[in-house]
Amino acid sequence: MLNLSYRTQRMVLIWAFLFIPITLLLLFSYYPTFDLFRLSFMEWDGLSSREWAGLDNYKRLMSDKETFQVLTHNLAYLLGGILQNIAALFFAILLNGSLKGRNIFRVLLFLPFIMNSVATAYMFDFMYDYKNGSINLFLDAVGLDFLVSRWLGDENLVNFSLAFIGMWKFMGMNMIIYLGALQSVPSDIYEAAKIDGANSFQSFRYITMPSIRKVIELNLFLTMVGALEAFEYPFILTKGGPGGASETFVTKTVNTAFNFNNYGLAASMSVVLLLIVLLVMYSQSKVLNRGQD
Amino acid sequence: MGNMKKISIRFIQYACLLFASFIVLFPPYIMVINAFKGNEEYAKTSVFDWPQNFLNFENFRVVFEVGGLGRAFGNTAILIVVSVALNVLLGTMIAYVLGRFEFRLKKGILGAYVLAKMIPLITVQVATFGLIKSLGLFNTFYAPILLYVGADVMQIYLYLQFIRNVPYELDESAMIEGATLLQIYRKIIFPLLAPATATLVILKTASIYNDMYTPFLYMPSQHLGTVSTSLMRFVGENSAQWNVLCAAILIILIPTIVLYLFLQRYIFSGITSGAVK
Repeated sequence: MLNLSYRTQRMVLIWAFLFIPITLLLLFSYYPTFDLFRLSFMEWDGLSSREWAGLDNYKRLMSDKETFQVLTHNLAYLLGGILQNIAALFFAILLNGSLKGRNIFRVLLFLPFIMNSVATAYMFDFMYDYKNGSINLFLDAVGLDFLVSRWLGDENLVNFSLAFIGMWKFMGMNMIIYLGALQSVPSDIYEAAKIDGANSFQSFRYITMPSIRKVIELNLFLTMVGALEAFEYPFILTKGGPGGASETFVTKTVNTAFNFNNYGLAASMSVVLLLIVLLVMYSQSKVLNRGQD
Repeated sequence: MGNMKKISIRFIQYACLLFASFIVLFPPYIMVINAFKGNEEYAKTSVFDWPQNFLNFENFRVVFEVGGLGRAFGNTAILIVVSVALNVLLGTMIAYVLGRFEFRLKKGILGAYVLAKMIPLITVQVATFGLIKSLGLFNTFYAPILLYVGADVMQIYLYLQFIRNVPYELDESAMIEGATLLQIYRKIIFPLLAPATATLVILKTASIYNDMYTPFLYMPSQHLGTVSTSLMRFVGENSAQWNVLCAAILIILIPTIVLYLFLQRYIFSGITSGAVK
């Protein structure tokens, strides 16, 4: 290569290496976000030209109670996410001990996370089937036939059934994160506590919990964001049914845009969701960094 | 007494783990035992019965022929190979520049990546869709590839974290021997980032393989179907025949399971170092 000085090389390399990635970042991350805000003040059907609409979309959104009632469906996913975190922490603590075969259990419990989500969704569609589904047939066989239900067809159950698929799929991933946090707690602290006469509950309460508090909080915030963005399973399995009972905020946004071609209104819904998510993230950074200033 | 207590605690621990394993394995187990049943056999037997013949691959043949899964695997492979290669290349380049040099805009660029990670992709789709259409990329492989490469910034974090552990003395001694910076990137940095690259390749491959929404939205043509979208189409057309659907589901599930069982070490290290958020 040319004998350029390191100063010149550095300049050339920095801009040559950053040019493409930064262009992609601006084009596919920042521009759409900016355009989303702009679109939320316009009327657009996806084909003809966009027309300025001022605050119309937001006014329509605020006057439509149904849109925000849908957020109560997202609560099922929040509950599922919290239970998932509790289970994940529980199993992480078990597997952090000196149990025989713990590696096999770790590999097994993480398995659902790497499974294709469409295939997973249909797998549960089969499990939940009213007539041929294993769950109802199993309940029937063990004499619990009063529990037999239309898991995806009952308005009061459908969101919990869908949220359970997410729990099933993501528990192991949370567990691995907790396990990583637990393993970073130095073991001599536990030994010192033991010598001082601490029992296992005390060492959990006063050593484990404070050391992994941040990871727990982080996971809970991610769970909140995940619940707000819940979308995939109702989109694939129920299309929001029965009678809109399993719509989530995102399935509703997606329908408004891509089925009803009302991109302006959908953009205003996306903006509202984006702002809620950013608010959650902001409070997360406040909570996580408290007492550090 | 103390010993009894210890043994019973162990017993409860194993009971919990076995119960969780049962919950995890039960749905795939039901898929496996029903995928090998013929239509008549499926109608006559219970879903909990084993098939008469575990070598009855008829359903799998139907899935490949009718569902066009061969092409779906090919399309998915194209998306994975191109996107992952670009991710590795661009990711290591950014990590080299941001990890090794000080310059004026560095803080701003790092901040831009942190902020980009916070933007939830799903909420921005409404606008991204308009962009892809106006660029003329709708219904082409370029749309998902550009989105996988440009809008997902996971690789930057992984590499930046890793490059800190590559000693700077290596760069310095290469400079003393007169190597150019490009050579240092190619011959020192890139090879030494290999463990991070392994993690990235596996996690990205799994996430693209498992993604449904990007191809669903941006490449809806039947001949551009990926494994996820082709499975959706196949289920839509054959919704009643569960034994055949079990075979379809299994075919889609198996590749990532195999990948995982062989390479779990890299996946776990990637997740604990914060690559998946």
